[in-house]
Amino acid sequence: MKKIDGEMKFESTRDGFGKGLLEAAEKNKDVIALSADLTESVRIHWFRDRFPERFFSFGVAEQNMMSAAAGFALMGKIPFACTFGVFAAGRAWDQVRVSVDYMKLNVKIVGTHAGISVGEDSYTHQALEEITLMRVLPNMTVIVPCDSIESKKATMKAAERAGPVYLRLGRNASPIVTGEGDPFEIGKGVLMRDGGDVTIVACGQMLYEAVKAADILEKQGIDARIINMHTLKPLDDKILVRAAAETGAIVTAEEHSRYGGLGSGVSEVISRNHPVPLEMIGVSECTQSGTPGELFKCYHLTAEDIAKGAKSALKRKK
Amino acid sequence: MKRPDISVLKAKAREARRTILKILCEAGSGHTGGSLSMVEIIVALYHYKMRHRPADPEWDMRDRLVLSKGHACPAVYTMLADTGYFPKKELMTLRKFGSRLQGHPQIGLPGIEASTGSLGQGLSISNGIALAARMDKKDIRVYCVMGDGELNEGQIWEAAMSAAHYKLDNICGIVDFNKIQIDGWCRDVMAIEPLADKWRAFGWNVVECNGHNFTELMDALDGAEKIKSKPTVVLAHTVKGKGVSFIENKAKWHGVAPKKEELDKALRELDEKD
Repeated sequence: MKKIDGEMKFESTRDGFGKGLLEAAEKNKDVIALSADLTESVRIHWFRDRFPERFFSFGVAEQNMMSAAAGFALMGKIPFACTFGVFAAGRAWDQVRVSVDYMKLNVKIVGTHAGISVGEDSYTHQALEEITLMRVLPNMTVIVPCDSIESKKATMKAAERAGPVYLRLGRNASPIVTGEGDPFEIGKGVLMRDGGDVTIVACGQMLYEAVKAADILEKQGIDARIINMHTLKPLDDKILVRAAAETGAIVTAEEHSRYGGLGSGVSEVISRNHPVPLEMIGVSECTQSGTPGELFKCYHLTAEDIAKGAKSALKRKK
Repeated sequence: MKRPDISVLKAKAREARRTILKILCEAGSGHTGGSLSMVEIIVALYHYKMRHRPADPEWDMRDRLVLSKGHACPAVYTMLADTGYFPKKELMTLRKFGSRLQGHPQIGLPGIEASTGSLGQGLSISNGIALAARMDKKDIRVYCVMGDGELNEGQIWEAAMSAAHYKLDNICGIVDFNKIQIDGWCRDVMAIEPLADKWRAFGWNVVECNGHNFTELMDALDGAEKIKSKPTVVLAHTVKGKGVSFIENKAKWHGVAPKKEELDKALRELDEKD
């Protein structure tokens, strides 16, 4: 784990995806990209320029794009159907369910501009429910990379993985907290920092907040473990149960609704296998416009909020 | 391809209607009206127009049928069994627990190209298939059978737009235009006319025909193949529940299966027409 200091580098997870897609496409000619009029926003303009014959524009019509992706997959292609998270999971959910997931098709759904970090665009564009919507689908793999480096790896792994995948990405340049050489395996959580008092399980940009939270806790004499849970489905039960057993308290952190996302997933695993006090950091109300910083503060997604949650879970520990 | 004798196709259609009614009765539920209305369409496709190999359902160069109006799957299942995709006796498992013949079509049954039934998605799936075929220079055609009630779905028109945008002349849409949907006459539930104008405005070649007349259907399907640079839609004017007087043109028969007495009565009526 890198030390958080003044040398932090920033890049968006959508950028990491765009680069990863190019590499995946170089490797496999069946990789294609589908766009719903957001080509540059979702970072597939690089793909379009390099592989114009493998790029398909569908206009502002996400439902059609999603079912068409299924048609491509039925013919052996590996379509990356890309749009904002709200539209991929919300507008086109029935298409994702019936045309893609239930047929177990090799469609990769990419939802960018996820979470409140999209900021000023306000709640129509701040995807806060798609982890839930995608996670309930029986065949869907759900990945929320924490930074651009992990996003690139996740993209390439998604292209190689059989079956439907949802990649949840952010718009803003966010801190890079992993290294090129760090391992990435779908379905395998990463122990970012060991600790014995409490475990912070985080995904996406919240991982950076989790690292800062662990620093805050450290100053107060609390030794926090951090797990990077980049794959929300299938969840890494093992690493969670071990954390529950060894630290006895958990706090989850996600830039998403508190209902049905990472917190719910972790709680499903923990309550069945090794019940311990658990707190969830996430959004539970309708959001608004603002800078990411303002919004993280307003909706209680900061490092301070995670540290507070960790202490509250600790207090309930027997 | 040489056209089969009309009398042969007519016999296939008569037999298909009997089978559809029998398997629906055995299932105890299902969609009678819209299955019977598309009988000639499906017979013309499987016994004339489509290039397919029932013994080799995954044959790469087969034409694809996407049944966007998935609820009418008894008609397709009947045709798949008739042409040898699976044993005819399996038809009697329709809608039963553990059957490959699900209430709406699902992939896994030989001959079924896509799981459908949530209306409006089939034409989009056809777009993807047709674009992928073009990428790979595969000379195949995609036939997408839609319901008229289904055309209420916005996604159909998204797909209509993109098929024309990409000049997908390898797609042939077929609307089973039986004028009735669940709640009643289409014109009362949601006006879709002028339908031919709508498709034309979306950039499609439009052919209208009597969807129970084999000569007209084969002319339409052959004509579609000759049209270049745009997709074709065949508006096949049909009668919902066609062939059985007490089922014809009755909305209540959309999603109801015949009971034993009704089946006997229907079969007698079909026999008398022979």
